[in-house]
Amino acid sequence: MITVFERPKALTAVKTHYCPGCTHGIIHRLVAEVLDELGVQEDTIGVSPVGCAVLAYNYFNVDMQEAAHGRAPAVATGIKRVHPDKVVFTYQGDGDLASIGAAEIVHAAARGEKITTIFVNNAIYGMTGGQMAPTTLVGQVSTTSPLGRDAALQGYPLRMSELLATIEGAAYIARVSVHNPQEVAKAKKAIKTAFELQIAGRGFTLVEVLSTCPTNWGYTPKEALKWLVDNMIPVYPLGVKKTLEEGRV
Amino acid sequence: MLKVEFDEDRCKGCELCTDACPKHIVIMADHFNAMGFHPATVVQQEKCISCGFCARMCPDVVITVRKEEKK
Amino acid sequence: MAKVLMKGNEALGEAAIRAGCRYFFGYPITPQNEIPQYLAKRLPEVGGVFLQAESEIAAINMVYGAAGCGARVMTSSSSPGISLKQEGITYIAGAELPCVIVNMQRGGPGLGSIQPAQADYFQAVKGGGNGDYRLLVLAPATIQEIVDLMGKAFDLADEYRNPVMILGDGILGQMMEGVEFPAEETPVTLAAKPWATTGAKGRKPNVINSLFLDPIELEKHNHHLQQKYERMAKEVLWEDYKTDNAELVLVGYGSSARIAKAAVDLARAQGIKAGLFRPITLFPFPKDALQEACKHAKHVLTVEMSMGQLVEDVRYNLEFKVPVHFYGRSGGMVPTTRAVLEEIIRWAKSGKE
Repeated sequence: MITVFERPKALTAVKTHYCPGCTHGIIHRLVAEVLDELGVQEDTIGVSPVGCAVLAYNYFNVDMQEAAHGRAPAVATGIKRVHPDKVVFTYQGDGDLASIGAAEIVHAAARGEKITTIFVNNAIYGMTGGQMAPTTLVGQVSTTSPLGRDAALQGYPLRMSELLATIEGAAYIARVSVHNPQEVAKAKKAIKTAFELQIAGRGFTLVEVLSTCPTNWGYTPKEALKWLVDNMIPVYPLGVKKTLEEGRV
Repeated sequence: MLKVEFDEDRCKGCELCTDACPKHIVIMADHFNAMGFHPATVVQQEKCISCGFCARMCPDVVITVRKEEKK
Repeated sequence: MAKVLMKGNEALGEAAIRAGCRYFFGYPITPQNEIPQYLAKRLPEVGGVFLQAESEIAAINMVYGAAGCGARVMTSSSSPGISLKQEGITYIAGAELPCVIVNMQRGGPGLGSIQPAQADYFQAVKGGGNGDYRLLVLAPATIQEIVDLMGKAFDLADEYRNPVMILGDGILGQMMEGVEFPAEETPVTLAAKPWATTGAKGRKPNVINSLFLDPIELEKHNHHLQQKYERMAKEVLWEDYKTDNAELVLVGYGSSARIAKAAVDLARAQGIKAGLFRPITLFPFPKDALQEACKHAKHVLTVEMSMGQLVEDVRYNLEFKVPVHFYGRSGGMVPTTRAVLEEIIRWAKSGKE
């Protein structure tokens, strides 16, 4: 028999602390698969965020730096400027990237910083127990929008991929989902493209992955995937928002 | 060796694999694993087509998928 | 080599380069802008990297990333910007990373003023960021001293895996003095850093981190850090000026120490047995040397550009055995030699009443 699927080498065997059905596990694995396929595991330095993925340094089998909340793109900038030949990535949630870290991600993209950011958007703050995120949908209940997000008081969700795609230094900005095996395959392809463009020195790359938070949304993992499809995709359309891939506009 | 093998003690019982399987052969076992979840499993190994969809959807790298070598 | 006339901020930049610093991340703020400006020109000349970050917060986090990779890296700012960096600094201290942080102090609190001050002493030596950590703090008083201490600053940062702060002020940054640099060919031996993130080839991955979710582990880590700070105690540096028989000892650091020194000379000319104790390391504080300098003192007078910060440590380190007085100006105002002399005379006379 030949093995067609097993744990990638760039992922450790450590059992994750993520909730059952949390898509962080899928996304971590996709990044690890891509690093394996590109043969860069030993040349990669990752930056973990503050959020559910704060312990990502235990799960990625590469050199890792833990960053302060929102500052991963700045930390990654320091790393990449010292080691321009290494593959550098940040892995960030919606609070980390779109709230406290909004300036850092914009400026990393503006500088065309040759790093890859994996942006996990689950429309809520997971680790701290379900507060509103900049990506929380209008009307969505959270612990700090208990009556549902009221646009008049609490504003509208941020479409970070579209925002960042307007920046010249961005080489690849894509939004994907992981709600079924076909989308998982597309997500992996986008992540691989992002890393390839980093390695080719084309500029800043980011893949926004629509994700579930069954625990804080109050759904089972399977129900959460359905909620994502029904509610998040209309607000956060999937697709490549900007690319400098050869032959593509 | 099994075509689809579940490392039961890694499974958190999320059931995402049960929907992913196009042959509908992934089920949740009756027993509990060490973490207290019903682990996913496949009994009807002969129906597995080694597509790997279950493993793709699994957040916890529970599943190893193999296929028979063509002779 | 020959002496050159240079502005303090620029000399500081050049000194960092001579000390082997090849990475600088910073943000403009008065009165230290000549530091990033000078390094923007000079670092590319030596194959280094200068980057103006989007904020002081981003800059200190870039320092964290670079330091985690084993690089010799520096950032600079002034008081309000240093406040912004506090989170990054505590992360650097917790993750045990080496770096140099320069604070050219200005008036505060808040946005304050752009003139010189020394009101960040507490922030520098007592923390400023959360948690039990210490910076090794160097307080040069002349531009030459900035240059002379710079190599040591980076070496100590590497040796102790700790951030080192150079606590200057707007006077030092803006003034011009003659200064000599170490020869450019002086080789800088850099310590090996097996803990750095460089790509995990042929070894287990390294993790740079200050998070220890298990409180048992975090307590152990805190003990480890404290032991490091105790070992740092041997790095004390200070200057004694005419303290051998001094009955009135002035204590000050940086620019206010220079003013105090001039006042000491004027006082001596009037027959007052004044002296100056100038700590150069503010942490570790040269306690034994201070006590030795004050052994004949009937009065101690701390001179600072603040509302009274160093004075607390002087009282504490003298174990309250001698009366310690305070004279200071704040808000960017600078003490005059005359005013300091009047204070000396006042306290010298007071014992005779």
